[in-house]
Amino acid sequence: MANGETKIAVRNIYKVFGPDPRAVMDQVRAGVSKTELLEKTGHVIGIRDVSLDIKAGETFVVMGLSGSGKSTLIRHFNRLIEPTAGQILVDGSDVLELSAGALRDFRRHKVSMVFQRFALLPHKTVLENVIYGLAIGGTGKAQARDKGMEQIELVGLAGFENQYPKQLSGGMQQRVGLARALATESEILLMDEAFSALDPLIRNDMQDQLKDLQARLHKTIVFITHDLDEALRLGDHIAILKDGELRQVGTGPEILLDPADDYVDRFVRDVNRARVVTVGSIAQPVSSIAAGEASVETLRPLLEESAAVVLMEEGRPRFVITREMAADGRLGGLLDNTVTLPGVVCVDELAMLEESFPSLTGSNDAIVVTKADSIPVGVVARKTILNAMIRHRA
Amino acid sequence: MSDPFPELIDTRSLRIAIDDGFNWIVAHYGEPLEIAFLPILRMLIATEDFLQWLPWYVVLIALSALTYLASRSWKTAAGTAVMLFVIGVIGIWEPAMATVALMLISTLLAVVIGIPIGVTMSRSNTMQSVALPVLDIMQTMPIFVYLIPFVMLFGPGKIPALLATIVFAIPPVIRLTNLGIRHVDAEVTEAVTAFGATPRQRLFTAQIPLAMPTIMAGINQTTMMALSMVVIASMIGAGGLGYQVLQGIQRLEVSRGLFAGLGIVFLAIIFDRIAQSYGRRMQQHLNIES
Ligand SMILES: Nc1ncnc2c1ncn2[C@@H]1O[C@H](COP(=O)(O)OP(=O)(O)OP(=O)(O)O)[C@@H](O)[C@H]1O
Ligand SMILES: [Mg+2]
Repeated sequence: MANGETKIAVRNIYKVFGPDPRAVMDQVRAGVSKTELLEKTGHVIGIRDVSLDIKAGETFVVMGLSGSGKSTLIRHFNRLIEPTAGQILVDGSDVLELSAGALRDFRRHKVSMVFQRFALLPHKTVLENVIYGLAIGGTGKAQARDKGMEQIELVGLAGFENQYPKQLSGGMQQRVGLARALATESEILLMDEAFSALDPLIRNDMQDQLKDLQARLHKTIVFITHDLDEALRLGDHIAILKDGELRQVGTGPEILLDPADDYVDRFVRDVNRARVVTVGSIAQPVSSIAAGEASVETLRPLLEESAAVVLMEEGRPRFVITREMAADGRLGGLLDNTVTLPGVVCVDELAMLEESFPSLTGSNDAIVVTKADSIPVGVVARKTILNAMIRHRA
Repeated sequence: MSDPFPELIDTRSLRIAIDDGFNWIVAHYGEPLEIAFLPILRMLIATEDFLQWLPWYVVLIALSALTYLASRSWKTAAGTAVMLFVIGVIGIWEPAMATVALMLISTLLAVVIGIPIGVTMSRSNTMQSVALPVLDIMQTMPIFVYLIPFVMLFGPGKIPALLATIVFAIPPVIRLTNLGIRHVDAEVTEAVTAFGATPRQRLFTAQIPLAMPTIMAGINQTTMMALSMVVIASMIGAGGLGYQVLQGIQRLEVSRGLFAGLGIVFLAIIFDRIAQSYGRRMQQHLNIES
C-alpha cells in the first residue's frame, strides 16, 4: 500500500474493563466520569470513543500520562484486547472479524510488537528469540536463520546471536526485541513504551536507530510514550490521550503551537519549542518569480494568492516583496528602485527555530525559508519566530 | 457425658449407605480395575527387579554421578556415595532398593498426571477454584484414610500402595505447576501471542519453560512426600524400608526400626539434593534471577 493512504483506521472504539462492560455502555456513552463509573459499578474505562487514522509509512505517536489508556489502545490493533464497542480497520478490513486462524496469520505476517520490558524468552538465545515469529509460523530453519542474522546485523548485534538475553544490557535486549519484530517483515510495528526502560543516552541512540531504520523500511509505526521529547522526535503525528479520551491529534508543531485544550497545553508547556519547531512549520507560503520577469502586471496576481513574492536571481532568492510593501500602488516604485528593497537570508525549512537565531540578529533582511538549498517555500517574520517560542496560553 | 450432641440424622444408616455403595463398586469394578492397573504393577516390579539385579557398586556409582551432574560439587557427590555405602553396611540394601523403586515409579506417575492437571488449572479460574480445596483436603486428610478404599479395591499389595502414594504425593506438583504458569511474566505470554503463537505453542515455548523452576520445586516436594509415604504404605504390602520399620514396631526391635529409619533419611537427603541442585541449575540456565 502506498505511503499516505490510511493503514489503520480506528472507528469509535470503547473499552470498558469489568464484570459486565456491555451493561454499563449506555452510561459510558452518556459521558459518566471514570471515577464515578468505578465507584458506582466497579467498571474501569480504558478507552472512550477514540477514532484515529494512521497513514501507511508514518510514525504515529500516542502520548499520555500513566493510566491514560495508551497500552489499551495499542493492544486493539493486533487484537490482544477486544473493544467493547467500535471498529478497527487495517488496510480496510475489520480486524474484529478475523477467525482464530486468520488472526494468527495476521499477527505472524502483518503486525508485530515491541514491549516495554522487552518480553524476551530467557531460555532462548538472541538468534532464537529473533526468529521466534518465523519459527512458530513454520518458516524453514535455514531460511529463518538467514533472516534472523540479517535483522541481528541490522540492529547492530552481530556476534551476540548465541548469547542469552540476560547476558545483554537493557539497550541490547531491546535491540533484540526490535530485531524480533522486524524479522517477520510485517508492515506494522507496534511499540509500547519501547524505550522507556532505558537510560537517557541509550534511549537517544535507540531513537536515532529507529529513525534510521524507518527511513529505509517505511513501516507504519505506532509508538507509545509518555515522553513529549521522544514523541516530538519520532512522531509524524502525535495523539494525546487523557483518561481514555483523545484530546488532540496533529503534527508536533501543530500541537505545540496550537494546543486544543488546557490539558494538552499543560502537557506541552515545558518543551523547549526552539528545539522542536521547524522554521518551515511556521512559514507563510510564497510565490516566486525570476527578477527579470518581475513587473507590476506579473506580480499583482501573485500577491493576491500569496502574502509575498520572492524575486529570484540566478536561481537564488534575491528580494522579497510582501503584500504590505506593495499596497497603495507602491509596487511600481519598488520595482523601479530595487536597491531600497531589503536583502534576503535563507533558512532551510527543516531547521529548528534555534538554528534560525543567527539570521534573526542585527539585520532587517527578509527571512526566506527554502528547501533543497535554494527553492523558496515561504517567508517568516522575526515576530512570528519569537511568538512561536512563547506559549500561546498562559 | 452429661449432654451428648443431639442425633440430628441417622449416621448409622448413612454410613451403611456409603459402605454399601463402595462395596458395590468393589464387587462390580474390582476385577477390571485390577486388570487395568496390571501394566503399572509390571512396571513397578520390573524397576524393582532391575535395581535389585544391579550390583550395589553400580547403583552407588550411578547415583553419585547423577548427584555430581546435578550439583557440580564433588562434596555432594561423595556424600551420596557415603550414605549409600552406609545403607549397604547396615544390611538394608535390598529393602532400600524396593523403596527407591516405589518412590521413583509413584513420583513419575504423579508428575505425568499432575503436570497436565496443573496446566489445566492455570488456564481457568473456575478450574482453579474447584481444584484448590480438593488439593487442600487431599493434603490434610490423614494418610491412613487413603489406604482403606485402595485396599478394599485391590486387596493388600503393591498396587494399592502405589496408588495411595500417588494420591498422597501428587498435590505439590499440581499446585506448583499451576502457580508457576500463572506467575510467568504476563508481558512474555502477551509477546508470544502477539507473534501469532497458538495456545499450544504458547504453552510449550513460553509458559512451561519459564515455569520450569517452580515445577521442579513441585516435583522435588512430590518426591519427598512419596518417600515419606513408604512407611505407611508398607502396612498394606509395599515392602521395602517401611516394612522393616513396621517389623521393628511389631517385634519391639529398636535397632531394626532405627536402621531402616536411617535408610529412609539417607534416601530423602540424596534425592532432595539431586532434585534441588538440578532445579537450581535449570534456573541459572534460564537466566532468571531467583
Ligand atoms: N485488564 C484490566 N482490567 C481492569 N482495568 C484495566 C485493565 N487494563 C487496564 N486497565 C485500566 O485501564 C486504564 C488504562 O490503562 P493502560 O494500561 O492502557 O494505561 P497506560 O496509558 O498504558 O498507562 P502506563 O503509562 O502506566 O502504561 C487504567 O485505568 C487501568 O487501570
Ligand atoms: Mg502502558
